Amino acid sequence: MKTIIKYVLLDLLRNKIILVYTIILAVLSISVLNLDSNPSKGLLSLLNVTLLFVPIITILFATIYFFNSIEFTELLLSQPIKRQKVILAEYIGMASSLAAAYAVGVGLPLLFLVSGTESLILVLTGVLLTLIFSSLALLIFVKSKDKTRGIGIALVVALFFTLLFDGLLIAFIYSFSDYPIDQAVIAIIAFNPIDLARVLMLLQLDTSALMGYSGALFKKFLGSATGSIFSISCMVFWVVVPLFLSVRIFRKKDL
Amino acid sequence: MFIRSTILFVLLFCVALLADAATHRVQMNQNLQAVINKAASGDTLLLSKGNYNQHSIIIQKPLTIIGEGYPVFDGFKKYEVFIVAANNVFIKGIQVQNTGRSSLVDMAGIKLQDASNVTITDCKIFNTTYGIYLQNSKNCTIQNNEVRASAKDELQSGNGVHAWKCDALTIKGNTLSGHRDGIYFEFVTNSFIERNKSFGNIRYGLHFMFSHNDTYSYNTFSNNGAGVAVMYTKGVTMSVNIFRHNWGDAAYAILLKDISDSKIEHNKFDRNTVGIFMEGSSRIHVAQNIFSDNGWAMRIQASCDDNVFEQNNFLGNSFDVATNGTMMLNTFRNNYWDKYDGYDLDRDGVGDVPYYPVSVYSVITERIPTAMILYRSFLTNIMDQVEKVMPSIIPDQLKDDAPRTKKWKL
Repeated sequence: MKTIIKYVLLDLLRNKIILVYTIILAVLSISVLNLDSNPSKGLLSLLNVTLLFVPIITILFATIYFFNSIEFTELLLSQPIKRQKVILAEYIGMASSLAAAYAVGVGLPLLFLVSGTESLILVLTGVLLTLIFSSLALLIFVKSKDKTRGIGIALVVALFFTLLFDGLLIAFIYSFSDYPIDQAVIAIIAFNPIDLARVLMLLQLDTSALMGYSGALFKKFLGSATGSIFSISCMVFWVVVPLFLSVRIFRKKDL
Repeated sequence: MFIRSTILFVLLFCVALLADAATHRVQMNQNLQAVINKAASGDTLLLSKGNYNQHSIIIQKPLTIIGEGYPVFDGFKKYEVFIVAANNVFIKGIQVQNTGRSSLVDMAGIKLQDASNVTITDCKIFNTTYGIYLQNSKNCTIQNNEVRASAKDELQSGNGVHAWKCDALTIKGNTLSGHRDGIYFEFVTNSFIERNKSFGNIRYGLHFMFSHNDTYSYNTFSNNGAGVAVMYTKGVTMSVNIFRHNWGDAAYAILLKDISDSKIEHNKFDRNTVGIFMEGSSRIHVAQNIFSDNGWAMRIQASCDDNVFEQNNFLGNSFDVATNGTMMLNTFRNNYWDKYDGYDLDRDGVGDVPYYPVSVYSVITERIPTAMILYRSFLTNIMDQVEKVMPSIIPDQLKDDAPRTKKWKL
């Protein structure tokens, strides 16, 4: 398994996209952080960048990569190696390189310019988002029949989580505003990793007072240690569940 | 020779003038109350340095009391310390500490009852329920005092400077912290609050009710539980104050409730949850203020009318203006909004398209607070952009027709 991970990593390094991704992230973070004198504002802008680009880039790139390396996978499967190991190794190679790219690209500038718990949480959420969306990409890969359809689905999934989900949520909030829906909203948030990441990060910043102003419950629950643990464990679920599903499907998949 | 004799003459003359106002030196083992009772009106008491373990001292005649090296008076957490019930009293340079707390009497470090022309200056007042308490007094000056306590909750504590039913007060250059309200004004008219620093109070930095025609300026209010509250008053001038970091779930820099014919000018609102919260207020002129990095720069309820907002700078606020209705009877003009993205073709410094300071998301959160969970999500950004192009949800009367394209130099 280690050897497979090694080869996946080497392959990813060779096609340089990861490197470009790292550099783009680094340039973005440095410019955003230098643009704003207020570090908290800079972090917020970086959060926006993270929430918008990391999911889409991760899911698209990972899906495309999984489809492109299908021949390599088939070759591996002709060897006496467990299918489970092959797919997991590919996931680990992919996810870890993207996560490392994020950690270096955003984490290093943050370390030098704005070091603190908030920065750490931002890097953590970014890394978690990367892991989640690579895991979703893997699920899309094992579920869909061909590359075009896979990429289509990946786009739809990314759009759904960045945009559509919030639209549905706001429609829900609008139509049930007469009822005490605070708890329901928190429960719904758990179904969108991007919202989880956003709320987790916002509650670390000063802006949390704004949320507390309107929804005391959000702050009381999500602002506490339990709340942070809740959102982080929900995100971990978002990594594990698609991964588990894809391994199960891949084990029986007719290639 | 002539000059020397002139000086001598003048000196002698002065001494003669002072002769009927005697000066008494008081040591810490003496009973101050007894000295006061013996002294004649207009006398001066010079208190030497030391711990006077005395309290409940009542002054009922015009006296000048000057402490040297801050003589300490202690209420042992049971008693009041100084009560002034006479006109023309001057107190300077004493330290008063540890008053008691009672539900029947408002216990104060220095209490003024029905007094006029009293000056309290350069005193230190520590751990008192009420620091300086003015009751039905006129023409009094409270200046350069340090009033500090460490109150824990609203019900068990009092105010730094508490004034009730007074007229023509000057509260100047005091430092007030750790009380319920830094300064409390109720039925106080024609007064000045100037150059005070009020911070770290559990409720308001300044609490102001039914107090007409007062001016407060050059004050700094920071880190108070809920900022400054100004209520049920007309003719207040609020200028050149700094409101900083009143940040919390229910905090604001200024709460205006039923205020009319007032001015808010040249103030700085920095990092408050809400800069100005306005309710039922009319004819207020809000000009040349700086609103920076607040959650909401202003929340203006629909019950406000005829207010004018002009020449203010709005910088880096999460929301510029929020309101709870579609009616808007106030005027916004010539403000600088950092979120303004219109153009200025004729280069006269005034934008050619109006600016709508209320974002659609702030309308939604005003109506349904739960929607705050979507704060800073991608969707709300898009909604704001769309609404800017075609306003349909936001109150379209609330707009700045002549927004500035460059910051005002304030």
